[in-house]
Amino acid sequence: MPMTPDTRRQRESRTGWILMTPALMILALVFAYPILRAFWLSTFTQNLGTQLNAEFSGLTNYARLIGDSRFWQSLWNTSLFTAFSISLELLIGLVFALILNQTFRGRGLVRTVALIPWALPTAVMGLAWAWIFNDQFGVVNDLLIRLGFIQERITWLGEPTRAMLALICADVWKTTPFIAILLLAGLQSIPGDLYEAHAIDGASPWQSFRHITLPLIAPQILIALLFRFAQSFGIFDLVQVMTGGGPAGATETVSIYIYATVRRYLDFGYGAALVVVTFLILIVAVLLTAGLLSKTRVNLTGD
Amino acid sequence: MIHQPDPALLTLVFLTIMTAQNTTTPPKKIPTQRILLWVGVALMLLFCLAPVLWQILTSFKTNPAISAIPTVYIPNGDQLTIAHYFSLGNEFLRYILNSFLVSLVSTVVCLAVGAPAAYALARLKIPGEQIVLAIVLVVSLFPYVLLFLGLLEIVKAAGLGNNYLALIVPYTAINLPLTILVLRSFFQQLPKDLEDSAKIDGYQTVPMLLQIVLPMTIPALVTTGILTFIFAWNEFIFALTFITRSELQTIPIAVAKLGGASVFEIPYGPIAAATVLGTIPLVLLVLFFQRRIVQGITAGAVKG
Repeated sequence: MPMTPDTRRQRESRTGWILMTPALMILALVFAYPILRAFWLSTFTQNLGTQLNAEFSGLTNYARLIGDSRFWQSLWNTSLFTAFSISLELLIGLVFALILNQTFRGRGLVRTVALIPWALPTAVMGLAWAWIFNDQFGVVNDLLIRLGFIQERITWLGEPTRAMLALICADVWKTTPFIAILLLAGLQSIPGDLYEAHAIDGASPWQSFRHITLPLIAPQILIALLFRFAQSFGIFDLVQVMTGGGPAGATETVSIYIYATVRRYLDFGYGAALVVVTFLILIVAVLLTAGLLSKTRVNLTGD
Repeated sequence: MIHQPDPALLTLVFLTIMTAQNTTTPPKKIPTQRILLWVGVALMLLFCLAPVLWQILTSFKTNPAISAIPTVYIPNGDQLTIAHYFSLGNEFLRYILNSFLVSLVSTVVCLAVGAPAAYALARLKIPGEQIVLAIVLVVSLFPYVLLFLGLLEIVKAAGLGNNYLALIVPYTAINLPLTILVLRSFFQQLPKDLEDSAKIDGYQTVPMLLQIVLPMTIPALVTTGILTFIFAWNEFIFALTFITRSELQTIPIAVAKLGGASVFEIPYGPIAAATVLGTIPLVLLVLFFQRRIVQGITAGAVKG
């Protein structure tokens, strides 16, 4: 039986939706439901005060959030952590990508080694970093003493600023490879004759870098920033194992606060409000970056 | 500090490499550039390996050597031991097995569910496919902490606490966006002729997919599967929340619990040994599949 173009298109569309349904259902269950549920739950008070019964309370949770200095502190900590770790990762990641883009003997091996931090579990390596920054026996203190930077062993994870510094170090170590891989892919797509032409025009290497390399890998930089911003903004495992948010809340990130609100204080309604606000901040940031990305003339969906 | 190259040196290397990049052909013309490149490579290796090597060294040091001041960098024979590995006991093998089981099953489910969706998005004309793609992309950016509260309710309501399903389903979901994006870009590169001729030979869509497309997809499935396996193995917050019985724990939780076991005396040796054992499978994956992993990451993020 011959098919008209219309019925063929309909059949194709139906087959398509059938093929996508299982995946969409799982995504709806694990992503959409919890987020929508948080919106709903955030209008209720459900905590030990209500004996864990949900009582409708309108926007009370949000009013409480505005006056909650612990929330603002955690948001500040998260922003600080995110800003510093992402900038450092981008800088070191770019250097790594430029190195890996050169031809030298053993490049494959170096590339393999560079993947190792990325592949290892953050929670486990967080413990390794806690050991490295240990006050008494840590190798960082020992090296700093040997190099003459400090006289006495200093407290790292027990001192607010240095605890944050240690977290940033560990995060930079863990995620720089990811950025390096993304940027390397960008570098490899730049045709070499562009540089030759530019050099013939009398451009210095730095000018070539500014005028060719950077603009051409701008999409990769933005994509890396986008992914890393989202991950870093929701950082949980690293902080949980290294400092638990301490000392005295100095490294408490938003996700650590959300987790404590729900699991330790059993304050589900307020926890939901925290989830909603964090979600909205993230969405705004993602939209901003996506807007920037489309300006660099690359379609996010690859078409 | 050992883990971060000196900034001044970095800048120097940085500038030199850019210079090297532009002189394209004769590499031996300016040896200082080569030297600086090698300095850069050495610093990079140090950066990536130092924490891991330090943990390996710690895992083989005796307790007195671990807590010696000044720090022991090259232990002598008396300062070496494998006792920390034995102290982990048989239950540690159990944790590794748990991680294997959960990661493997969720990877298989993820590929089975993600591949058809990726094919549909790559090949078929579906109204609304741009919206589906945008959703998949946005969803891949969600931190898991935003999901655990809602999932906790589902897990409780369905009685799935301490059941691997409570991990397998979320792990499948968190890996679906990447799976769909990587496989979609693979299907787009696949020549369409085979499918067309199969259609002419009278194949229905599903048998055609299973008998003709699937065999060609296996390399891409392996690439994606390695990534999803690693992500599932490393997941922390769901495993921490939904699994409370210790014999069901996965590696990241089991190791983290070792660290939090006692406030006063943290067992550094056993933790280090646990780190080594719990990450060996991942290191092996990286060693054997470096190229595929790089392909997967770039296909998921850049082309996606």
